[in-house]
Amino acid sequence: MQRNAVRWGLLAVFADGPKYGYQLKSEFDAHTSGSWALNVGQVYTTLDRLARDGYVAPIGSNADGREVFAITDQGREALASWFGTPVTDTDRPRSELAIKLAMAAVAPGVDVAAVVQVQRAESMRQMRDYTDLRRQADESDDVAWLLLVDHLIFTLESEVRWLDHVEATVLRRARPGRGRTPLKTPALADQHCTEVEVSGR
Amino acid sequence: MSAAVLRFAGVSRAYGSGEQTVHALAEVSFEVAAGELVAVMGPSGSGKSTLLALAGGLDAPTSGAVFMEDVELGALDAAALARLRRDRVGYVFQDYNLVTDLTAAENVALPRELAGVGTRAARREAIAALAEVGLADMAGRFPDQLSGGQQQRIAIARALVGQRRLVLADEPTGALDSRTSLAVLEVLRARIDAGAAGVLVTHEPRYAGWADRTIFLRDGRLVDATGPRQTPEQLLGRTA
Repeated sequence: MQRNAVRWGLLAVFADGPKYGYQLKSEFDAHTSGSWALNVGQVYTTLDRLARDGYVAPIGSNADGREVFAITDQGREALASWFGTPVTDTDRPRSELAIKLAMAAVAPGVDVAAVVQVQRAESMRQMRDYTDLRRQADESDDVAWLLLVDHLIFTLESEVRWLDHVEATVLRRARPGRGRTPLKTPALADQHCTEVEVSGR
Repeated sequence: MSAAVLRFAGVSRAYGSGEQTVHALAEVSFEVAAGELVAVMGPSGSGKSTLLALAGGLDAPTSGAVFMEDVELGALDAAALARLRRDRVGYVFQDYNLVTDLTAAENVALPRELAGVGTRAARREAIAALAEVGLADMAGRFPDQLSGGQQQRIAIARALVGQRRLVLADEPTGALDSRTSLAVLEVLRARIDAGAAGVLVTHEPRYAGWADRTIFLRDGRLVDATGPRQTPEQLLGRTA
């Protein structure tokens, strides 16, 4: 799925005009602030596949002798179709966090609340750091990049809300007479369930 | 590290006695430095309101101590505590709590006048505080002539007018839409960055992201807190 995202993302970079290979990578990096960490080899491999599928075609060389490609009508049609098709994120239920907490809830000896607390602290750390990035941005910044940071912030928000829900659900079930009593992981409980000392920065 | 403007040292607050005892807050320790905003999150009944009341000296701990700039609140008599609350601490509430019959400038000047500052000097301070939240041109407006976001920015100006350096904000964006909330947070953040200290109680993770740290309360206990910052390169996994 990630490969698909790169393929379509690179094709979209052609929408505003012909490009040579390295230029394609530079512009993709600028729109995503390098967060995809594409290497040059990956870009050229994807470019070859886009050409093989008829989505881009070589149109000659520039003054520096670099081969320049342009999007074809077939490529524009495919790109429009991609934009018009909803993403079905088949990886979503397979996220490590979802599996970790689902398994923590049923595995013996795991303090689910402690697992939640460790994750929530990390999620909120990321939330703060992405919010810092967003606050430092201004209107002249690449809009694609700003929207990607917003996406990360909104995703983390839903993650924290879900973690709160997991914690509340597990604690409700742990009450006497309300289903099975979860077991504790002493190591985790000692490390994270006790009061946290917090100092200034 | 800057000196702590607010410090909780092993603070507990219990209500009632015997089997009826409710532990609203249990052994909570944390600090808020000048230039720092700390968000407090947690489910209803987790102790957030108790924490704010203790931080503002409106309530006293059952054990432990609350310090404001190294002054232990529990060591002050009623008059000194009232003076410290009036001079050093500002509050921002979800419903703004502006006096409807006073203009924006008069609302902001009010705590200074109550502190004994002359009317003209208090007004000068109020205008300066309004300018810091970008509302100097609204000084003569009454609250009902202002939007919710503008009223909340005036509440922030009032909270930090004069020598006040600690703002305690209880769901300040609770009554505002998303865009206005961000504008209010921007103003709050700017005032913190200028040297104030703040505690922000919120249910919204996205707004807690504006704080330097977030602490979580559950059943009166501080259960987790955010760690140190990462660089943008670490954060985005950038190689260059």
